[in-house]
Parts: sequence; structure tokens; C-alpha cells
Amino acid sequence: MQQLVAELLDGNRRAAARLISLVENDDPQKRELLKDIYPHTGKAYVIGITGAPGSGKSSLVDWLLKLIRKDGLTVGVIAVDPTSPFSGGAILGDRIRMQDHALDQDIFIRSMGTRGSLGGLSRATREAIQVLDAFGKDIILIETVGVGQSEVDIVKTADSTLVVLTPAGGDSVQTIKAGIMEIADIFAINKADLPGAERTTTEINLMLDMKNSEPWRPPVIQTVSVSNEGIEELWQALQKHREHMENSGRLLEIRRERVKRELTEQVEYLVKTKIWDEVKENLEFDDLVENIVHRRQDPYSTSADLLAQINFYDRGPGEGD
Amino acid sequence: MTAKKVRVLVAKPGLDGHDRGAKVVARGLRDAGFEVIYTGLHQTPEQVAEAALQEDVDVVGLSILSGAHMTLVPKIKDLLKSNGMGDVLLVVGGIIPEDDAEELVKSGSADQVFNPGEPLDNITEYISGKFYK
Repeated sequence: MQQLVAELLDGNRRAAARLISLVENDDPQKRELLKDIYPHTGKAYVIGITGAPGSGKSSLVDWLLKLIRKDGLTVGVIAVDPTSPFSGGAILGDRIRMQDHALDQDIFIRSMGTRGSLGGLSRATREAIQVLDAFGKDIILIETVGVGQSEVDIVKTADSTLVVLTPAGGDSVQTIKAGIMEIADIFAINKADLPGAERTTTEINLMLDMKNSEPWRPPVIQTVSVSNEGIEELWQALQKHREHMENSGRLLEIRRERVKRELTEQVEYLVKTKIWDEVKENLEFDDLVENIVHRRQDPYSTSADLLAQINFYDRGPGEGD
Repeated sequence: MTAKKVRVLVAKPGLDGHDRGAKVVARGLRDAGFEVIYTGLHQTPEQVAEAALQEDVDVVGLSILSGAHMTLVPKIKDLLKSNGMGDVLLVVGGIIPEDDAEELVKSGSADQVFNPGEPLDNITEYISGKFYK
């Protein structure tokens, strides 16, 4: 396992691919591996691309890859598609648009199924980012599943978020709704050769100008990915946003928030694991369930009793009997 | 905790542009619980092998209707081997004459060849049988 991390740091693509599988499959050694990888992370800049199904995210990623490579930067791509809630299977088809880059050794593309996660990303997106970061990729592009209005996990994960819209997406009230319209650092109006592009652009701009106190005003850029229009402008806007994030100190701020969340989650994970190990080992959990089912006990005092018995939780006054 | 997901690359190497069959199989595999990475038309053997590596797949499924299977399949098998992925299950579908199918399996290039008319369940059960006992 240590070997695998050494190979990753050495630029071995197979090791990168293997490591992503291990973290994605919740391998027992996952935490150990991530611990070894962590000191080598924090250098990559993470760009999220989100939008409705079929809005052109993959095609825009394909074009962005060309420009990013032209600037001499290396790239990792994580492309997420939905996992079936019925069969657990998935069709991961984002790669189709990116296959021109398959043989570029400085581009690494990985498709992931959501595997039950509902926020637009896969369960292990964050861990996969760490692997690609330690792998030495300068830029990491995250393509979310095709989203609706409220799958906005990407904003907690990416340093810059690009929201891809298409013309004729509804009236102007749609633009002031909460959720996806709030998370963009940059808007792309893709398929801008279709009727309605001007109106959509105007409506987004109107919405953005309703408040002008923010230090960054998201640009709205029309793109046509089939004919490569507006892509240069889009890449420039992304670079400008990155500069803004770095120079304003905002990047450090959001990364601090992210670490805070991560640490909290890890503590919660450890506490949870520890508690359940103890509970399952020492207590007749099933008996308690039966008692509650038959209303001999209630879940509120029983849970407090459980924790009191394993010395993990001091029962506060007023709880229990 | 979920069991390890089996990942399948479905690819169309070579020059024929008919992907109906590949899509039907991809869909069938999805419904059988596999994670299917679909890469689209006109792939070179190098592209297929590299996608298999980056996606860390357990199975590569090739759909070939062009008649070039005796060239493409061994080439892809060799590339997989040189990437340290010689143990990946390699299955082929398409218009493959019986003699050729036998030859591909005997030479170790392919693990299994499926021809038109093969029930979808046979394909998914064959692959499932290799990973889920």
C-alpha cells in the first residue's frame, strides 16, 4: 500500500487509478492511504462545472482541456454520472466527449458513479481530488451529474464554480430562485446559437445586478461548444476568478472552511465508529429495539442510557428519568 | 457498506459506426448493477487501453462489426498486458465468425465472444459469474 502511494507520487498513472478505486470502494486501508497522501495535497486548483443534463458540460470540459494544456498546465478530470437507485449500476458517459485527450499523458480522466450521494457529486469525489492533487495535477476539473435546482455540493468542493445554462430556461423568476443560481462564480450560456440566448443572458445579468455589494461579480459568457465559440473567454474568466480568489484571500478562507468541515466529519466518523463498535459488542441492541417496538421503552431515554453505559456521554439534567 | 462495484469499459474500436449493440449491452449491464464506462465510437486500441487504465476497470467489452477483430482484439490485449492489466476480463461482441471466435479465445486474446442473438442475460450472467460467486 505504501508502495502504491510512492508510485502515485512518482507519477504512475496505474497507481493513481488504483488508489481512486480503493478510496471509492471504502477499502479498510482508506484512511491510512489518505493520511499518507495528504501532505502532498493542496497545490491543485479545483474548478467545478455544473448544470442541467445535456447542457454541454462534458463538451465544455473537452474544450477547456485544450486551452489548459496549451497553457502548459496538467489536468485531472473527475466526471460524475448518476448511479441507478434500483440496480446500483450506472452508465458513465462523460468520457465520450473527452476521448481526444485519452493519450495525453498530462491529462487524467476518471468517471465516477454517484453511489447514493444526492448532492451532484459522488461519495468519494473529495478523496479522488486528493489523489489527483498528490498526483501532481495543476488543475482539477470536476464535472457534476446533470443537476436540477438544488444539488449544490460542488460549491463546497471547488475553488471556482462554473454553472452551465442553456437558452430558454424559464422566466426571470427562475433566475432569482435559491440554489444553483447562487453558486456560480461564472455563468456559461451554452448552445448560445439557439433562440433565446440573448434573453437568458440579459435575465441572468439583471439578477446579478440586483445586488452589487459582492467583491466578485460573476461574468455571464455565451458559448457554443459545437463550434468552439466563447471558450477562450470562458477560460480567461476562470483564470481571472482564480486570481481574485488568491489575491483577495478568499481562497484561503474557503479552504479553511473546507478543512473545518473535513475535520468535523472525521471526528464524527471516529466517534460514530467507536460508539457502534462498543454498542454492538457489549449491549443487546436487538432486545432494546424489541422493547421500543412494543412501547415498553422509548428511543429517547434508551439512546441516552446506551451512551451512558459505554461512558461516552454524560447524561445531562432533564434527560432520561 | 457496499460490495465492490465491478467496472466495465464498453468500447468500439475501429472504423464501423454502429453502436446500437454496444448501447444495448451497456444498458443491460447497468440494469445488472455494473458501473459501465462508455467511450463512444472510433476508438484506437491505444485509446481503449488508456481509458481502461485510468478508469481502473475489471472488464473490457469490445464491440466490433467491421471485420477487423483479428487485428484489434490481440492488439488491445497486448496493450492491456503492458499496462499491467493482463488479468482484466476481455469480452468481445459483434459479427465474429465462429473460427475467429475460437481462435481469439484459444490464443488468449479474448475470454469470451458473443455473437448477435445472444440473450442479454447470458452476457450479464457470464460477467457476474466471474466476480460474484
